[in-house]
Amino acid sequence: MATPAHAEPADHPAESSAAYGEMSFGKWILSWIMTSDHKRIGILYGLSALCFFVMGGIEALIIRTQLAQPGQHIVDAATYNALFTMHGTTMIFLGVMPFSAAFFNYMVPLQIGARDVIFPRLNAFSYWLFLCGGIVLNLPFLITPFVDMRVIPDGGWFGYATLTEKAYTPGASIDFWICGLQILGIASMAAGFNFIVTIFNLRAPGMTMLRMPVFTWMTLVVQFLVVLAFPCITIALVLLLFDRLFGTHFYMPEGGGDPLLWQHLFWLFGHPEVYILILPAMGIVSEVLPTFSRKPLFGAPFVIFSGITIGLLGFGVWSHHMFTTGLGAAADASFSVSTMLIAIPTGVKIFNWLATIWGGQLRLTTAMLFSLGFVCMFTMGGLSGIMHASPPVDLQQQDSYFVVAHFHYVLFGGAVFGLLSGIYYWFPKMSGKFLSESWGRWIFGVLFVGFNTTFFPMHIVGAAGMPRRIYTYDAGLGWEIPNMIETVGAFIIAFGVLLFIIDLVRSIRRKELVASANPWDASSLEWLCDSPPKVHNFDITPMVYSERPVWDKNHGPGPGYSLPDSHEHIHIPPPSIWPLLLALSVAWFLASWLMAGQWFEFGVCSAITAAICGFTSCFRWFLEPGH
Amino acid sequence: MSSAATADASHGAGHAPAAEYTVTGVPAYKLAMWTFLGSDCFFFGSLIGTYMSSRGKSLNGPYPLDVFAPAVTSCSTFDLLLSSLFMVLAVHYAKIGDIRKFTLWTLATMAGGLIFLGFQAYEFTSFVEEGLTLKSNLFGCTFFVLTGFHGAHVALGVFLLGSLLWAVRTGKLADNGITTEVIGLYWHFVDIVWILIFTLVYLLEFTS
Repeated sequence: MATPAHAEPADHPAESSAAYGEMSFGKWILSWIMTSDHKRIGILYGLSALCFFVMGGIEALIIRTQLAQPGQHIVDAATYNALFTMHGTTMIFLGVMPFSAAFFNYMVPLQIGARDVIFPRLNAFSYWLFLCGGIVLNLPFLITPFVDMRVIPDGGWFGYATLTEKAYTPGASIDFWICGLQILGIASMAAGFNFIVTIFNLRAPGMTMLRMPVFTWMTLVVQFLVVLAFPCITIALVLLLFDRLFGTHFYMPEGGGDPLLWQHLFWLFGHPEVYILILPAMGIVSEVLPTFSRKPLFGAPFVIFSGITIGLLGFGVWSHHMFTTGLGAAADASFSVSTMLIAIPTGVKIFNWLATIWGGQLRLTTAMLFSLGFVCMFTMGGLSGIMHASPPVDLQQQDSYFVVAHFHYVLFGGAVFGLLSGIYYWFPKMSGKFLSESWGRWIFGVLFVGFNTTFFPMHIVGAAGMPRRIYTYDAGLGWEIPNMIETVGAFIIAFGVLLFIIDLVRSIRRKELVASANPWDASSLEWLCDSPPKVHNFDITPMVYSERPVWDKNHGPGPGYSLPDSHEHIHIPPPSIWPLLLALSVAWFLASWLMAGQWFEFGVCSAITAAICGFTSCFRWFLEPGH
Repeated sequence: MSSAATADASHGAGHAPAAEYTVTGVPAYKLAMWTFLGSDCFFFGSLIGTYMSSRGKSLNGPYPLDVFAPAVTSCSTFDLLLSSLFMVLAVHYAKIGDIRKFTLWTLATMAGGLIFLGFQAYEFTSFVEEGLTLKSNLFGCTFFVLTGFHGAHVALGVFLLGSLLWAVRTGKLADNGITTEVIGLYWHFVDIVWILIFTLVYLLEFTS
C-alpha cells in the first residue's frame, strides 16, 4: 500500500506503473530483466505460464474441432500428432509447473518470513532458463514453414522409444523435444535446490517445521520430487539423444536394447511428476479453505504428513503406467497395491478438507468456489484413478479416452482449479487490487460447466472403446454425440478463460491500490506484509509463536507473532545480468547438440563457444559484488 | 536499483557465502550441495540401473572380459581413493587457515583427479582399439555412457578445485573453509560412485 520509505520504487514490481513516469521504458525493462527479487520473478513466471497456457489451450481447441464430427480432415494425421504432443508437453511443463512456480516464488519467502529466497540470482537463472526451454519447444512452430522435415515435436508427451528413435521419427522433431525438456529440467532442478535450502534455512525465528503453512510444506515436498525425479528423465533423454545422434542402441531391440527401459526411466520421472503438478494445488486449497471457513485446517499435521507420504509413495508406483507391457503377475500385483495405497493419504487430505469446511462460517468468494470445485473434481479424478490401479481394469482402459478423462479431472479440475483459486486468493497480495468477485463467480461457473461438459463424456466414449490419439474416427460407432458435446464444452472453457484474462487485464490496469494487508482475514505471514509487499517484504523479521501467527494476533488465543525491537541490516542484492546470460549459455549449449544432429561439426563448435560463454558468466556471477 | 547497491557497498568487498543466520545451522551452500548430491544419486542410479539391466544382453562382442584389464583399473581406483584422502587434508588445512598446506593438498587432489582421467583416457583408447565402441554393442554404449558421465563429474571436480584455488590465492574468497568442505563433499561423492561402478561393472565380471 504505502510507498516503501527506504527502497527505490523502481525495484518494486507492483508500483511499476507509478515509477513509469520517473524512469525511461528501456530502464524499466532492464530492471525486470536484471531483477533477482523473488516477487518479480514470481510475476514473470505467472505471466509466461499464462501465455504458454493459452497456446496449449489453442492446441486443445484445434484438437477438439477436429474431433467434433466423425471423418473430419481439418488437420492431417501428422499435424494432429504434433498438436496432442505439444498440448500435453506445454500444459505440463510450461503451464501448470511454472504457474505453481509463480506461487512458490512469490509466496514461500513471504510465508516463512524471509526477505528473499536463499540464492536470488539462481532463482532468476531458473526463470530465464525455463523461458529458454519454452521457446525452444515452441520454436518449431515458427520454423516449420521454412524447412523440409518434421520439426514440431510429435512423439507424444511421453516420447515412447522406439517410436521416437531416428528410424521411426526422422527429422528434428524429437530432437527439439529432447532439447526443450533438458533445458526445462535443469531450470526446475536449480529452482528445487534453491527452495529446499530456502525453506530449511530462511524461516523466521520461531517458525518450526510444523508451524509452516501447508502451502510451504507442499512446496518443500514438490521440490524434493523435482530434484529426485528429474535426473531420471535427464538420463532417459540423454540415452535417447545418443541413440538418435551417435547410433547407440539403448532402446533398439536390433542391437539388444530394450524399449521398456525408456518406459521405466520415463515413468520413474513421470509419476512423481503427477504429484509435482497436483501437490502445489493441494497446498493452495489447504490455505484457502481454512481462510474462508474461518477455521483452522482440520488436522493440519495429518495433511502435511499425507503430502509427504504421497511424495514418497509416488516413487514406488511408476509401473502402473506399464500394466499392458506384460511385466508379469508379481510386478503387476505389487504396483497395483502401491498405487491403491496412495489413495489413503489422498483420502485423508480430502476428509480433512471436508472437516475444515464443516461447521465453518463459509464465505463463498471466487477463491473459495475454485477450491471447493477442486475438492469435488479432484475426488472424481481420484476415483477413476483407483480404477486404473487394478491391472485387469487397466487393460481395458489403457489408451482409451477414459484415461484422458481421468487425468484431465485430476490436472484441470484439480491442479488448474487449485491454481485459479490461488490467483483469486493472492492477487490482492501481489497487486494491491482485487479481481472482480462478480466476474469471478461467472468465470467459475463457466469454467466448471465447460470443464464437466468437455471431460465427463470422455468417460463414456472411453468406456465405449474410443482410443486416444486418433486423429479422426468413423461414423456409426456411437461416439458422435459425446464428441460433439466435448467440443462444445471445450469452447465454453475457452470462453471462461477469455473472461478471466479480460478481468485480469482490467484489474491490473486499475490505478488505485485498495487491498489492505490482510483483506481475507487469513492466518499466515504473507498477510502481515503490505499489499503489495515492500521490496524487502518485512521491515522487521517477525518472531513466530504459532502455526497461524496473523490470525492469532488478531483473534487470539496467544500472541501469534511479535516484532522484536531490532535494527537489523536489510540486505537486498543489487540487480544482476549474469543469471540471464548464464541461462542463455546453458540453453545455447544444449541447443548445440540439437544442431549437431544436422551438421555435426557446426554443432560441436557451437557447443564449445556456448561452454566458454557459460564459464565466463559463472566467474562474473561469482565475482559480482553485493551478493 | 542504485539504492540497494549503495546501501550495501560495505558488503561488496570479499565474498562471504551466505554467512547470514540460518535456522538449521547448516550453511546454505552445504545444504544445497547435499540436496544436489541426493539428486545426483538418482542421476547415477538411473545410469547404473541402465547398465545393470542391459548387462549380458550384448548380441555380439567384445564382451567385458575381452577388454577389461583389472590391474589397470585397480590402479586408477586406488588413485581416486587416495585423492579423497588428499581432499580431507585440504579441507582440514582450509579450516585452520593454513593457506600453504591447503594449496599443496588441493593441488594433490587435483593431480589425483587428473591421473584418474588419464587412466580413463588410456582405458577408453585401448578398448576402442580392441573393437569396443559406443556403437559396437549394448555393452559398449552402456559402459561408455556410464563411465563417461562419471569422468565428466571428476573433470568438473578438478575444475571446481582449480577455481577454488584461484579464488583463494587471489583473495577473492574470504571464507574458504566452508567452500572447500562443500567441494570436498562433491569430491567424496564422486569417489563413492566410482566404488559402486568399479564393483558392479568391473569386479562383478570376475566373480563367476
